[in-house]
Formats: sequence, structure tokens, C-alpha cells
Amino acid sequence: MLAPLMAASAAELLAWSPPGWGATLIVGLGKTVLIAAGAYALGLFIGVLGAFGKLYGGPITKDLLAVYTTLVRAVPELVLLLLITFAAKDAINAVLRSNGFEPVDFSGVVAGIIVLGVVQGAYSTEVLRGAILSVPAGQIEAGRAMGMSPMKIAQRITLPLMTLAAVPGLANLWLTVTKDTALLAVIGFIELTKATSLAAGTTKSFLTFYLAAGVLYLALSLVSGAVFSRIERWARRGQRNAGGGGV
Amino acid sequence: MNGFFKPHRIVLLAIGLGIVAWCAVALNWSWLSTPKYLDVLPLAIWRTIWLTVVTMLLGMAFAIPLGFAQAAGPAYLAVPARIYCSIIRGTPLLLQLWLLYYGIGSLFPQFPWIKDSFMWPILRQAWPYAVLALTLSVAGYEGEVMRGAFKGVPGGQLEAARAMGMPRFTIFRRIWLPQALHRALPTIGGETVLQMKSTPLVATITVVDIYSLAKRVTQDTFIVYEPLLLLALVYMILAGMIVLLFKWFEAQIPARTA
Repeated sequence: MLAPLMAASAAELLAWSPPGWGATLIVGLGKTVLIAAGAYALGLFIGVLGAFGKLYGGPITKDLLAVYTTLVRAVPELVLLLLITFAAKDAINAVLRSNGFEPVDFSGVVAGIIVLGVVQGAYSTEVLRGAILSVPAGQIEAGRAMGMSPMKIAQRITLPLMTLAAVPGLANLWLTVTKDTALLAVIGFIELTKATSLAAGTTKSFLTFYLAAGVLYLALSLVSGAVFSRIERWARRGQRNAGGGGV
Repeated sequence: MNGFFKPHRIVLLAIGLGIVAWCAVALNWSWLSTPKYLDVLPLAIWRTIWLTVVTMLLGMAFAIPLGFAQAAGPAYLAVPARIYCSIIRGTPLLLQLWLLYYGIGSLFPQFPWIKDSFMWPILRQAWPYAVLALTLSVAGYEGEVMRGAFKGVPGGQLEAARAMGMPRFTIFRRIWLPQALHRALPTIGGETVLQMKSTPLVATITVVDIYSLAKRVTQDTFIVYEPLLLLALVYMILAGMIVLLFKWFEAQIPARTA
């Protein structure tokens, strides 16, 4: 009895043009993907440096990195995001003010990327460290014996050989970061979850909008899963008994 | 212990202690001594612990059939279980929480028979939704863990049990489940820390835990960093306790390491 009524109103609510909120949700999804991709890339950058630092760095580097990864993994992401957001905002505005610039509003896409990327970096460090350890020591020793510089060994031997071992962990991290972007909604960044709650609060159709957002997130995860199982197959090429895998 | 105290580490520890001491002295902790917050603090910490323990136990009770259905069940049970795990793992917990509380919870008042039922005093509060969302979420993740754990139990063990003439349920209760749980224990420990770290999300649906207490301090006093640092400290201690607890659990189970 209620079903046709609900369906009609859901179609209206999710319509693309302004009376509907379809465009708002899709723009929110775009921001979610953008923040997730940026944070993932920043996290990978920190992770590569962190993993090499943890394995080959000096004693102080190793200890500081251990503190970084332990702290980040023991404290809830939400608390870390708040701490980093406030700290980054104050630091940037202090620098701007001392140079005579106006303070800026720290809540855009770039801010989200920095905040999530720093958290993501700790997890990437651990995944990549494990992957580097899976490279047979003889390969690296052979590189050293050939007189390769550490940079060249990383570029020609360690990074290519560790890819396969790193892909499943990195796939998981991507799925985590897409979901962690939702936490930014609590802090006030406008991404998919925040856009959804704005739409739901305005129209009072909570169930419709949260279900729609759930479908969008699920589609994002499923597509990412398919892409990563492709990447894993590619990374596995030339390996004996290939097959299996997938997210 | 001798290996731990290297010269550079003593310097780092001294710097670390210096930072902690500076935080303790230079930052503004006066709010902590006001009874308004101090009296609620133990209760708020207890809420966080309670939520973690209760949702973890309920979630595990739900995850064992989910994992078993995927590992050894017929297709009509395995497929729904897999779909459930994919949906839970594919959407953010925050969205699931808001879907349950604002989405489903807002439908209930329309129905007079729900409003008149004995369940209404419970359904109108926020914490049942928090417990439900955290339980369903952890069940999805643990279901996946348990699937792998059930599959990892060597077939010979089950064949031996069958050869001894054990009934099917006894095999499950005495061989399959204990060995699967033993295998999964380290992962479950890690997942418990993750679950503890998800609990602050319940503050967004008005449940009072340690996170929402800290947020209230910030709202009342405009002190930003100190409540957050205290939060981080509390969560770190809790995470450390969970890790130690699971280490102890693992030590209780006799294991033969080859």
C-alpha cells in the first residue's frame, strides 16, 4: 500500500535537478573519491619513506617511526582527524599571519587529503614494510654486489619485487580510506555522508537518502574490488601457479 | 631490557617525557577538576569499554554462523552470508549507524502499535541503535575472519572425528569451532582494537561515551587540544590493555609450534 507512494517520492527526491538531491549526492561522491584518492596517494608516499626508514634507517629514525605507527594505530581515527585538523589549521594560520597574510578556512578537499593521508601513512608503512621483507634477501645482496646505489636497488629490485606482496594489503587500505572519508562528515567536511545527512535533514526522508548513499558507497567498493583484482592479476604475471586472489 | 635502553633511546625517552611534562604543566587542565566533568569521567570510560565488550561478544555470536555458512554451508546459506559481509564491509560504519538511528528509528513513531508496545521506552533511546550498529558491523568483519578460520582447520582433524563416530554437532563443538577460534584469535585481538576505535562514532547519535564527554568540554570551555589529548591517552591505554589481554588469552591455549 505504501510501496508505490514511497517509490514515487524516492524517485523525486533522488532526481538530478534541484528539487531532487541526486546532483548533491553525486558531487558528494566525487569529493569522497577525490579526498580518498589524494589521501591514499599521500599515505603511499609517507608509507614508502616510512617502510624504507623502518628497515634501513638509523636507530633514531626507526624509533620515531615506531612511535608514529603505534600512536596512529592505537588512537581512533576520529580523534586523530580532529587533532590533525586543529593542529594543521593553527599551524597554517600562524605561518600566514606572521607573513602578513589573511588566515584561511581549513576545510576544503586539500585539508581532508592532508588529515586522512597522515593517518593512512601509518597503515601504509606497515603494509609496505611487510612487502619489502618478502623480497628475497639474495636479490638485494646481488644488487649490492653489482655496485648498485641504494636508490637504484629500491627502484630496480625492491619496488618491482614487493608489488605482488603489497597489492592485497594496499587494496584493503584503499577500501578503508574510502570508508574513513565518512568520518570527515563529523568534523564538517562536505563529502558524501555529510551531503547525505544535509539532504536527509532538509527533506526528513532519512531512510531514502541513507540507503541511496549506502548504494553509492557499496558501488564504489565493488568497483574498487574489481579494479584491484585486475591489478593483482597483473602483478602476478610471470609467476608460476597464477590464479586465485581477488579482494 | 638491556637491549631496550640504548643511548639514543634514553635521549628520545627524555625528550618524550619532557613533552608530556610540558603538556601537564603548560596546558590548561583546570576543567578536569570541575565536578561537572570529573564525576562523569569514570562512567564515560566505562561506557566505551562496555560498548566494546558487549558488541564484540554479540558480534562474535553472530559471526560464527556467518563464517560457518560461508566456509561449509549450502549455497542458500553461503550466498546470503557473503552478500551480508560485502554490504557491511563496503559501506562506512558511520552511515550504517545513521541509517539505523535516523533512518529506521525515525519510522517507528508513525506506527501506534510500536509506540504503545513495551519496547517503546527502549526504542526511543539512542544506545540500542549504537549497540545494534556496532554489533552488525563487527559481525560482518568477523564473519569474513571466521570463514577463513573454519576453512583453515585441517581436513584430517574432521575426518578423524568422523572416523571416531562423533555426531556432526559434537564435531563442530569439540573440533571445528575450537580450532577455528584458536586460529582466528590474533586477528580477533586486532579487530577488538578496531572495534574500540569505532566506538566514538556513537557520540554522533547522542550516546554519552568518553569521546562525547571530551566534545562537551570543548563546546563549553572552548579548550580544544587538552580534551583531545586526554582522549588519545585513554584510548591508547585501552588499546594496550586489549593487546595484553589477547596475549594472555593466546598463552592460555596450549599450542604445538612446529
